[in-house]
Amino acid sequence: MRTPLLEVTGVNKSFPGTHALKDVSFELLPGEIHALMGENGAGKSTLMHLLSGVYAPDSGEIRIDGHPVMLRSPRQAQAHGIGMVFQELSLAPGLSIAENVYPNRAPTRPGGTIAWGSLYRQTRELLAQFEIDVDPRTLVRDLNITTRQIVEIVKALSLDARMLLLDEPTSALPPNEVERLFDVLRRLKARGIGIVYISHRIPEVMAIADRVTILRDGQRVGTHPIGAVTPDDIIEQMVGRKIADLYPARADSFGQELLRVEGLSHERDFSGISFTLRRGEIVGVAGLMGARRSELLRALVGVNKTTSGTIAISGSPVRIQSPEHAFALGMAYLPEERKTDGLFLKMPLRQNISATALRDFARLGLMSARKEAAVTQAYVERLHIRTPGVNQLVGRLSGGNQQKVMLSKWLVRQPKILIIDEPTKGVDVGAKVEIHALLRELARQGAGILFVSSEFPEIIGLADRILVMVEGRLVGEIPAGQATEQNLMLLSSGYTAREPAAGG
Amino acid sequence: MVEKSSTAPLAEAAPPGARWWNSALRRFIGTRELPLLALIILVVIIMANRNPNFLTIANFRAMAVGFTPTAVIAVGMVILLVAGGFDLSVGAVLALSGTVVARLVLDGVEQPLAVLLVLALGGGIGAVNGVLVTKIKINPLVATLGTLSIARGIAQVMTEGISISGLPSSFGRVGGEQLANIPYMVIIMLVIVVVGDLALRHTRFLRQAYYVGSNENAARLSGIGVDRFRIFAFILTSVLAALAGVLLASRLMAGTPTAAQGLELQVLAGAVIGGASLTGGEGTVLGAFLGIVFIGIISNVMTMEAVSIFWQQAVTGAILIAAVAFDMLVRRRRV
Repeated sequence: MRTPLLEVTGVNKSFPGTHALKDVSFELLPGEIHALMGENGAGKSTLMHLLSGVYAPDSGEIRIDGHPVMLRSPRQAQAHGIGMVFQELSLAPGLSIAENVYPNRAPTRPGGTIAWGSLYRQTRELLAQFEIDVDPRTLVRDLNITTRQIVEIVKALSLDARMLLLDEPTSALPPNEVERLFDVLRRLKARGIGIVYISHRIPEVMAIADRVTILRDGQRVGTHPIGAVTPDDIIEQMVGRKIADLYPARADSFGQELLRVEGLSHERDFSGISFTLRRGEIVGVAGLMGARRSELLRALVGVNKTTSGTIAISGSPVRIQSPEHAFALGMAYLPEERKTDGLFLKMPLRQNISATALRDFARLGLMSARKEAAVTQAYVERLHIRTPGVNQLVGRLSGGNQQKVMLSKWLVRQPKILIIDEPTKGVDVGAKVEIHALLRELARQGAGILFVSSEFPEIIGLADRILVMVEGRLVGEIPAGQATEQNLMLLSSGYTAREPAAGG
Repeated sequence: MVEKSSTAPLAEAAPPGARWWNSALRRFIGTRELPLLALIILVVIIMANRNPNFLTIANFRAMAVGFTPTAVIAVGMVILLVAGGFDLSVGAVLALSGTVVARLVLDGVEQPLAVLLVLALGGGIGAVNGVLVTKIKINPLVATLGTLSIARGIAQVMTEGISISGLPSSFGRVGGEQLANIPYMVIIMLVIVVVGDLALRHTRFLRQAYYVGSNENAARLSGIGVDRFRIFAFILTSVLAALAGVLLASRLMAGTPTAAQGLELQVLAGAVIGGASLTGGEGTVLGAFLGIVFIGIISNVMTMEAVSIFWQQAVTGAILIAAVAFDMLVRRRRV
């Protein structure tokens, strides 16, 4: 048995009001990719922060190469060979790759000036180890997101890291690029580097990890070799109960047409978009990064201006000027970025819920806190929003609960047409299932739903009909049941663009 | 990264089940009004024991009349701050309004009409500020610094730098007379503050300020007219500045082009001490009012203790920084 690179035994960590980690143990072997999974709030981030020296454990022990260590700061963690790559990329976009990889540590000539030649050479060598053929002088802002992620990893390695902590490394990557990252991870593995891999995405974990440790409510539920578990086992252990179906049953009939879009074009984002949406129907828009799906949604609700084409709602042509106008016509739009575009994080739950329909919560021009509280409470119960109360600041809720608040906020207007950009972004499995069920329920009650998702399984599982978009054009339409990840991928990459409506 | 790590555990945290006094204390320092009020009362008690002339009706009346223009403007400014804007031109608008109203009255325009014209002038300047900031997207610092210079300049040109005096005594009634021992000016100020506070807390229309200032994008996507509201807030602030100009002219019986130099900074300081934030989304009228009362009392105290007038400005600055630093320290633990 090899000595583990990293061994955590019986650690506890409490914050005011929560016992974030309870007696958790964890180990990482050389050359192992060890996935860490759990719902939001299960304690994954806290464990990561202990390993990276941001927090100290209340009790328990951390050993590196068999020796107990105290990690008092990120710098000490680095000195022990622990490298971190966090969700938010921490690169400086205006600097070159080389300057980002060696911040503050660039090789210098006597006199303290930077030895640019050897800086670029060293960086090129590091990149070459991963067969990445990019000039180290390239500015980070000119790199695509996957290459940035890899540069981030290279940066951690340049500090002689023997252990890497990766927090949701694929969350920002387009599906066709994930394999590139995996390729880098496999090379690291072959060099004996241990990787802790946090992710919500079960298929990726099944594909790349050697073992998986599952946390729930701050406790370790189990550690398993990846070959010994099924995706269902993992979900069950994360959620703590059996989940019968990830996706609700589809509808078998639809009502009349709600939305008809014909030849909609934008000056540069998209052109010639035509489709329809009926009552009770859920339509998914699939595509890769750069397909301009979000731009299309934003144009539908009047955020972006279109140059030509027509939109008809329930048969009558409309010219949508602004989100305000779109709402008045019975549409609701849930943006992708809940923090920057969707929620008022510093405001209480009830005031977030009332924001889209202030008129309904006011009498004689005065806001009714009581009505806000009552309506909010009803949504809290209906959507199982976990919150201490309706006056909680939304910024303090977990991601999944924030997503549910955002949904409630627009449901208050009882829209006929729901337009949703990434309905379950950054949400854990349990909340995902609830949101899917809720969307299906809304459709059953007569709403039409148009959504965009970067996760093919979600589109396949939830949609009644799938539109595929490539570089601003609709290239295909696939009915539910005939879609597979393979044919979506193919269409999305533009391979069969010449033959729309590919039937299977 | 440090910031991220400090938010992560609290996001996962359950509601604090701490002892009642802990949560009471949290609620106490969680609002800005209560600690500020406590501080004001403390200063009053200390001073009452030190100086027999402090706790007198005459002194308080003089103090209140003194900060009336600042407090009136602060009501508009705090709404503008909550909505994510601010206005540096208020002192200049005050001076311009004072000189214009004096000119009009001297030229024989009926007084109520003269006042209305001046309020409309204020509204016009506010509309210009609002359009520059929201439609042309000029930074509010630059835009209102520009209108500050223009308004102040026009006031100087109109008067050739000399105060307009010789106004009929009827013009001085509001600024000089009292009702049941309370100056009309103070009554007007209190009405505006109370109405403003209740309206910002409870009306549907002004609630929009918090949405617009907390998250402009989310507000827009929630169907709130972000630009329209901001323009309104600029107009309101400027109209109140014009009103303050009329009140001050009535009190001084003169239109003074150099009046209220640096008043904008006092208004902003008061609002921020009272809990408003320059990044928007936070603040109350009551808080801003208490902030201005606090600054007023401190300078009154310094005058009584014979501190040089030149020191007073420095002390105001120190209080401002202390208040904001206190807020940052409390907040770092909260969110």
